Amino acid sequence: MLTKRIIPCLDVKLDQEGGTVVKGVEFKDLNKAGDPVELAKKYNKQGADEIVFLDITASSEGRENMKEVIRETSDQVFIPFTVGGGISSIEDIKKTLRAGSDKVSINTAAVENPELINKASEIFGSQCIVVAIDAKRRKEEEKDKEIVELEDGTKGWYEIAIYGGKKYTGKDAIKWAKKAEEMGAGEILLTSIDRDGTKQGYDNSLTSRISEEVNIPVIASGGAGKPEHIYEGFTKGKADACLAASIFHYDEYSIPELKRYLEKKGINVRY
Amino acid sequence: MSPEISIIDYGLGNIKSIRKGLEEVGATTVVTENKKDLNQSDGIVIPGVGAFEDGMKEIESLKYTIYDNIESGKPILGICLGMQMFLTKSQEGKQTIKGLDLIRGEAKKLPDKVKVPHIGWNSINLNKEHWIFNEIPGKAYFYFVHSYYSDLKYKKDILSTTDYGIRFPSAISRKNVTGLQFHPEKSGENGLKILENYVKYVKR
Repeated sequence: MLTKRIIPCLDVKLDQEGGTVVKGVEFKDLNKAGDPVELAKKYNKQGADEIVFLDITASSEGRENMKEVIRETSDQVFIPFTVGGGISSIEDIKKTLRAGSDKVSINTAAVENPELINKASEIFGSQCIVVAIDAKRRKEEEKDKEIVELEDGTKGWYEIAIYGGKKYTGKDAIKWAKKAEEMGAGEILLTSIDRDGTKQGYDNSLTSRISEEVNIPVIASGGAGKPEHIYEGFTKGKADACLAASIFHYDEYSIPELKRYLEKKGINVRY
Repeated sequence: MSPEISIIDYGLGNIKSIRKGLEEVGATTVVTENKKDLNQSDGIVIPGVGAFEDGMKEIESLKYTIYDNIESGKPILGICLGMQMFLTKSQEGKQTIKGLDLIRGEAKKLPDKVKVPHIGWNSINLNKEHWIFNEIPGKAYFYFVHSYYSDLKYKKDILSTTDYGIRFPSAISRKNVTGLQFHPEKSGENGLKILENYVKYVKR
């Protein structure tokens, strides 16, 4: 039976030390959390199901992603390794895969140029093209938007942000997820900007809606603060995988602990 | 001396992982599309990233070199797409495409009642004993990423099966040709054990 996946995420920022794992709140106020190479090694050993490495400022700084750090980090992992941030062309994808990633996660470039997903999935296969969506909850009524019933009974829609949450597009996240699937995305990495770093749990209204609308795996992201949140991400959010950062970086919960908890609650996980 | 394994380079995707995995368990590797390298190595690995048609195009010029090496008894390991290329044909793409026809069967699309691609960790059911599964626990999990599965003509070629929408062969073998639908290089400890079994078998 296919297991639910637990994915630690490394948000990496380029600095004098090469690359440092950071963690922010609602995409801002970044705090240092450690060295990507060391953290990747630790999570691989602990039984993470996958590791995601996001070069979070590559797009907004308009530079290529940090290949050297990606190379060193990928050397430490014998589980799937996804790299995102600053990937905007077929050439970028090729170079990133060559640096040791198994999948690439594309966000800004996919929104600005959806044809890239199409081309990339044709060349490299859908399985290695993850489309990342950063979504912000909007409460005001708007025409032509997919309306979602929220947990408090009110209604809203979700707007896509690009450039690491710095630019809002006015586009609908649910419509975009469906289009991304059509264009050949193999997975959706769905981050709630409202919940990111807040430790209030995933936005399960958003996650379950997208998970029902598409027939590709959905990775929930943004808001995991305790094991219950991850359990709810799988049950209420209907996610195929749950991504988390701070709860692992700061050793609040270890991956084996989390998996034991999930297994007891009836979620199928890998040991 | 550590055995030398050739990894066929298709020019697409991540080959570093499989190289790193094989080296971790004691092999030396050469990533190559050179006939001489294939002939001189002790084992050949066909990794698997990409689409069937492109993959077949890429290895077309090496086809007879691969056949000759198999004939000489060299252990060949195909991973994911590499395994599917061992089959007679594939439905991936606009029309049916011919494979290497080393193991009778056809690559078919996974049923759409489940999410496709099949991505993640899934368990295997052993069908028969084989050196590739030495010291692997019965219900071990491995990492899968694929949209097509191998429908084999002969059940005796199936080493293990996995369930996802359909029960499909997750490891297959015929003589010195062995194929894995999952990625051992991405399957943590159990995956490395599989690669070690292969390297040991090459060295035997």
